[in-house]
Amino acid sequence: MSAHDTNPAHFNRTARSLHWLMAVLIIAMLFIGVGMVSSVSARPWLIDLHRPMGIAILLLAVLRLRNRMRHQPPALPASLPVWQRRAAHASHWLLYGLMVALPVIGWAMLSAAGDPVRMASGLVLPPIAPQDPLVYAALRAAHGWLAYLLFATVVLHVSAALLHAWVYRDGVFGAMTGARKPG
Amino acid sequence: MNYPDEPLPGSDPGPDPSPERLRRALALAGIGAIALGAVGAFAWTAGWLGADRLTAGQVVDAVEANGGPHPGFRRAHAKGVCITGTFTGSADGRALSAAEAFSGETLPVLGRFSIGGGDPHGSDASARVRSLALQLGGRGEPQWRMAMNSFPFLAVATPQAFHQQTLASRPDPATGKADPVAMEAFLADHPRARAFQQWAKAAPWSDSWANTEYNSVNAFRFVDADGGERFVRWSMQPRTPFRELDAAERERADAGFLAADLDQRLQSGPLHWDMVVTLAAPGDVVEDPSVPWPDARDQVVVGTLTLLHAEPQSTGACRDINFDPLVLPHGVAASGDPILAARSATYAQSFNRRQRELALGQGNAATTPEATP
Repeated sequence: MSAHDTNPAHFNRTARSLHWLMAVLIIAMLFIGVGMVSSVSARPWLIDLHRPMGIAILLLAVLRLRNRMRHQPPALPASLPVWQRRAAHASHWLLYGLMVALPVIGWAMLSAAGDPVRMASGLVLPPIAPQDPLVYAALRAAHGWLAYLLFATVVLHVSAALLHAWVYRDGVFGAMTGARKPG
Repeated sequence: MNYPDEPLPGSDPGPDPSPERLRRALALAGIGAIALGAVGAFAWTAGWLGADRLTAGQVVDAVEANGGPHPGFRRAHAKGVCITGTFTGSADGRALSAAEAFSGETLPVLGRFSIGGGDPHGSDASARVRSLALQLGGRGEPQWRMAMNSFPFLAVATPQAFHQQTLASRPDPATGKADPVAMEAFLADHPRARAFQQWAKAAPWSDSWANTEYNSVNAFRFVDADGGERFVRWSMQPRTPFRELDAAERERADAGFLAADLDQRLQSGPLHWDMVVTLAAPGDVVEDPSVPWPDARDQVVVGTLTLLHAEPQSTGACRDINFDPLVLPHGVAASGDPILAARSATYAQSFNRRQRELALGQGNAATTPEATP
């Protein structure tokens, strides 16, 4: 199988590695995010994880999109109804969009608050938005609501993936695990 | 012998034999359970499920309910003024912490003087607590934010106790005063809150923000260049001599006398405070801000704060800063004090709410300078 296979059985190794690494990071981030906003005790260590993890997800998402543009992903099986095919494509691009947008909005939001965007002790990122209450309020609301949208999309994505793995058994799940395609 | 559901050899298996249907049903149920479980875990983490845990939002809700709505203003210490100045650290400070503030270079300072309470129009003469918040370092730099108070120790040791205190102090809508029975019940369970009340009654009031001492109250860790760590508390000790404002003078004082006094003093020159660090001795409790350390502890002057200029908070730079005491530079770290974590969490809530109100145009009173009578 060449790197430019027109209909490969699997996502390439880079795509698979990035997918599973980012799956763990993003699900952890969603829980860290809602946890640090509500908790009266855990916010300090959760937010110290949240900022560098967000930037890590942003960098990984850029690598992943670059890889996705350069390598044809496996086609969905012809047996899949058109609406499911469309839902799959729409949700994948929504996921890509949110994994780039959320860290950028978070970074801009802290900039608008005038807060140091702290990665580690003594290491801060430069501000990328003007310090302004209106800009902050808009970005803070967007960061929260888009995170809920990302969580909902992840739940749908996992449910659909398990549907392919356990009910349809059509090789779609195997395309991301690297298992052999049936038939 | 064949089981009823098993297709006979050579016969048509049929479109959907039962074991396959059962397997699919189980798979669908499993997927549904995983999705529901994920949503439930998320809702629990967000504090939407499970009423037994105190959330940062509930703490701020209770504070808001006591003070009445003042959109656009801070939920606590709502009344104050913005200040600017400088901070210069000493060699003794450098020996204790690698923070840039102690490098010997002069850092720009933004800050805010305030009085305790949730009323942005409250009278200065009735506010027992005065506060000084500072931000050392500029935009895009690792900053050091401090939020200090004139009391030497806190009334409570945990966010849960703070919340109970807020609920016990809730004014009765009929009388405008807290229910004395509820407050007595709270004090009976919290002896340090009673000690705080005694401090409030006995300690003399200063007649100016300029001659008041401001304390970190919470303990922090100083980390020196070699990685050596010490638990510390600090105070800003005024160089302006203390002068008491007695009860009779408080009766006569103007509602805004603190800001007027500050303006007058700054017109004749800068105001100075020494930053004095108290070092914990082995065995001192570092996680309980309601217990002061003994007076005999070693103290070190680590720097000088100079204030040059004051302006109304409605238009000053301090309005849009969240003085979160856990915005710390390299060389300073948090202690395990649970109040410190709770301050960080609840200040963020207050900041989000008031900035949202400003964005929605509900906080005009907070952005318009008050007419001077």
